[in-house]
Amino acid sequence: MIRLFFAGLAVLLSCLTASAEERDIQPILQEHQAAIAKSSRKTIGPAIDAIATSGSPKAQTVLETWAAKAMWMRKSDGAFLVGKKTENKTYQLTDFDSGEVVGTYPSKELKHLKPNSGVRAMIATALVMFQLSDPDKAKRQSALTSIQRDPSAVQLAPLRASIENEADAMLKARKQRLERLLTIGYDVDIKARVEAIEEMSTDLSVDVRATLNPLVATTRSVAPGNVPEGLNIARVLVPGAEGFSKDEAYDLLVDKGLARAQVSSDGMRNALVANIDGGRVGGVPVAQLDKDDARSRAYAALAETGRVPSLVTQTDIDATLAKHVFFESYAEPSVEVTTAANHALDSIGLKVGFNQTLDLTLDALSLASIYFLAAIGLAITFGVMGVINMAHGEFIMMGAYTGYVVQQIIPDHTVSIIVAIPLAFAVTFAAGVAMERLVIRWLYARPLETLLATFGISIALQQLAKNIFGTQARPLTAPGWLDGALVMNDVVSISYIRIAIFILALTFLGIFLFIMKRTRLGLETRAVTQNPSMAASMGINPGKVNMLTFGLGSGIAGIAGVAIGLFAKVTSELGSDYIVQSFMTVVVGGVGNIWGTLAGAVMIGFFQKGIEWLNPSNTLAAQTYMIVFIIIFIQFRPRGIIALKGRAAGD
Amino acid sequence: MQRSFIAKNPSVLIFLTCLALFTLLVTVLSEGFGIGTISTSFIKTLGKTLCLCLIAVAMDLIWGFAGILSLGHFAFFGLGGYMIGMWLMYERTRLIVVESLSQADIPPTSSEVVDAIGNQIFGVVGSNEFPLIWAFSDSLFLQLVLVVLVPGLLALVFGWLAFRSRVTGVYLSILTQAMTLALALYLFQNDSGLRGNNGLSGLQNLPAVTASQDAVSLWFFWASALALGLGYLLAAWIVSGKFGSVIRGVRDNEARVRFLGYSVETYKLVIFTLTACIAAIAGALYYPQAGIINPAEVAPIASIYLAVWVAIGGRGRLYGAVIGAAFVSLLSTWFTGGQAPDISLGFYTVKWVDWWLVLLGLSFVAVTLFAPKGMGGLVDLWSQHKNPNRHGADLGPDDGALREQEASQ
Repeated sequence: MIRLFFAGLAVLLSCLTASAEERDIQPILQEHQAAIAKSSRKTIGPAIDAIATSGSPKAQTVLETWAAKAMWMRKSDGAFLVGKKTENKTYQLTDFDSGEVVGTYPSKELKHLKPNSGVRAMIATALVMFQLSDPDKAKRQSALTSIQRDPSAVQLAPLRASIENEADAMLKARKQRLERLLTIGYDVDIKARVEAIEEMSTDLSVDVRATLNPLVATTRSVAPGNVPEGLNIARVLVPGAEGFSKDEAYDLLVDKGLARAQVSSDGMRNALVANIDGGRVGGVPVAQLDKDDARSRAYAALAETGRVPSLVTQTDIDATLAKHVFFESYAEPSVEVTTAANHALDSIGLKVGFNQTLDLTLDALSLASIYFLAAIGLAITFGVMGVINMAHGEFIMMGAYTGYVVQQIIPDHTVSIIVAIPLAFAVTFAAGVAMERLVIRWLYARPLETLLATFGISIALQQLAKNIFGTQARPLTAPGWLDGALVMNDVVSISYIRIAIFILALTFLGIFLFIMKRTRLGLETRAVTQNPSMAASMGINPGKVNMLTFGLGSGIAGIAGVAIGLFAKVTSELGSDYIVQSFMTVVVGGVGNIWGTLAGAVMIGFFQKGIEWLNPSNTLAAQTYMIVFIIIFIQFRPRGIIALKGRAAGD
Repeated sequence: MQRSFIAKNPSVLIFLTCLALFTLLVTVLSEGFGIGTISTSFIKTLGKTLCLCLIAVAMDLIWGFAGILSLGHFAFFGLGGYMIGMWLMYERTRLIVVESLSQADIPPTSSEVVDAIGNQIFGVVGSNEFPLIWAFSDSLFLQLVLVVLVPGLLALVFGWLAFRSRVTGVYLSILTQAMTLALALYLFQNDSGLRGNNGLSGLQNLPAVTASQDAVSLWFFWASALALGLGYLLAAWIVSGKFGSVIRGVRDNEARVRFLGYSVETYKLVIFTLTACIAAIAGALYYPQAGIINPAEVAPIASIYLAVWVAIGGRGRLYGAVIGAAFVSLLSTWFTGGQAPDISLGFYTVKWVDWWLVLLGLSFVAVTLFAPKGMGGLVDLWSQHKNPNRHGADLGPDDGALREQEASQ
């Protein structure tokens, strides 16, 4: 109420600026002399408001001086003056209004005003409205930020007044926006508020919703008989209906002091304990009180003697509920405003929902590209060659660690990433070739043994990484130009790293397709995969082709490792976090087809984000359901989304 | 002439005799009932090892004899442990709660007792309500039934789905791995009703048993030995009969067995579910000895180690699985426990705690490449054992088929 009053005052005063300019500040100070002299946070409010809304040109100076602890009170007449220390405890005083020196006084004739931090904060809030028109741009900016953080009714008039003369276009737009928001919240004219609400109902920003939400916030209340007049009622509640149980209704009555509290089982127990009388409670032996009905009997007996309040029965509850009406009401008294705010929030909600879907789609796409990146090497070794490589995850880890080591040597992040990518490819290519020559080529006809042998290599490599780099996570820092996010509005944003990974994934898709369809190696690989002995009789060396293909798949895993290391911490377990998902991606998509892997990654990415959206707090559950879903999916398409047909299928 | 089961399988009798002698020896040397050479904690380790041997027998049945490389059997092992753990934890907490509530002025009602137990058990995950899955946790008999029933049902449903759609070979392996990963992730949630990553703890204390851990650990050791003996006998009986011949046929050439008119899916489903139940029983005996079970136990890696044990021991022969599991898990305990002496190379000291896994991984690769028969193959050196001469060809075209060196005539 007080705020509204001052808002009105402020509007009034801003209309009268011209005439008020001549007003002196001292009389106003004198009006609130006692409060100012005391400077207590509880009582100082009206005084500060009076100074701030005085319209006097000196008001800002007074507040600034006061906050800076340079204001003194002359004890003789109680006048407030600017004090400046001269020599041995004497102070030179200056009048606020005239700016003239009034004399020098010893400190014992003066009272130093030392506002505490609470009061200083209030002064600072009051000062904001002066700073709005300050010549210093930084001050104006900080004033706007301060209003945004803590909006109030008094700021509305000065803010409006300051818009017209704002020179800076950006600040002007910000001021106009803020003025709309303050209008919605605090203007006395209901029409203006409704207009402002309608104007802002297309805005997605969080602050619009933060302004509108308190307007439509409701509180549950109860009244005897009929719904009271003069309240802005949102809806009338029926106890026992959906969302408002009878217990809740009764608790509300108890809270408002309109009904007697129910006796809880704890309360009953304590009452029984308090009334044990010679091994019996209300005539029931204590040993029998381990049953609920025995306890009720004992309690009822106690209630009859009047030693405890009687139980509230369901009939009592129903009777009491019937006598009252329950409703939800808005704190905002104006029906027009709440209706407009509800409409605006509905239309904003629709837009926000649409944008959230967009955001979710972007998230899912980026997750899909991560899965695709992790799985594309596997699409070559497992998909094309049919070799189960459980150490694939460890190749990803090796790539990430290569990136880390390179960053230790080359401090520039951009250069180090450019060096790390080919180096990671080289390292994992070499590791892949070595593994193929030493282990896998002896086991081509034995996929299960390959699985186990490569798993042996995987645990050896993982432990080796632990021995070399330790168990703590190592950082692989992205270059500065990948920091930050592409922000479209308050709802939709995507970080540049994710965009980079998306592009990288697409690039790899292109490289894969080029190698497989357009190069000699791709042709030979496909030939060897389909029929090794026929390919050999055509002059292709199957051993060499297998070695190179496996090396290629491993090398791509290494590059994927650098990319994944940029947003995930590099640990020795980095690879094993991705291995099952990668296999899933390839299997779901359809073995032997890169488009299938892409489809699998997209499906898994979207599905996982979708579940996370339904249950945002629980990513573990999302992963669980995703795997269960995949197991069921494989029932219906055992060969994946895109199944190879005919001779290419291999059987 | 009809020869008896034992006469056809002399290895069963030898194995059971060895197991009995070993049990007797450990009992004599134990702290609880013997001269005290072996500490109680080592008795527990040996008892746990016997349980691991039992699940290795199950793994050998499914992989060595039916050719299904399941990478999910530790899910059943863990589920069995959870089922028995629920009763152990409930009953023990109940005794403590009843004890503390009996100090109160008036006796507690049964609902107050249950609430207090719920508070005790689920306080760590910020809840005090009993989830639905704890409905039978107050009954030892029902929980013991669930030990077999829950993993058995899971295996039945999963197996039916997988075998029906003809998922075989590595795909099935990955699918089983996904299953155990899904289970582990599910159990890791706090609202899964099984205390999230805290798991169930204090399982080594049997409710209402006042005997010392020295004695209790020996009881469990005997129970584990008995279970292993019975499990081995059952497995040997299964694989020596007609059923065994069919599943060996499925392993080596599934298509041919199907064309001969056998319902391959049913055979696979039976053996998959049966091994899941054996694994669950092993788990139910293992975790009271370990004292604690948490979701990390059912992580995919555990099941892969199981395959490693069987492969190192030698698949396709039951005693091989037992030898492999016992040897590798005991050796692993020895190396990771810090008891193995460090090797100083002058410029670098090899600490086995750090390097054991590297050694295990590489030796596993070596076994796969150079000694497919595994450690069980050493037995062939003195038994008159002949490999079939197949000119280097496997026994059949399927992924799980035995290799020439693995097979016996």
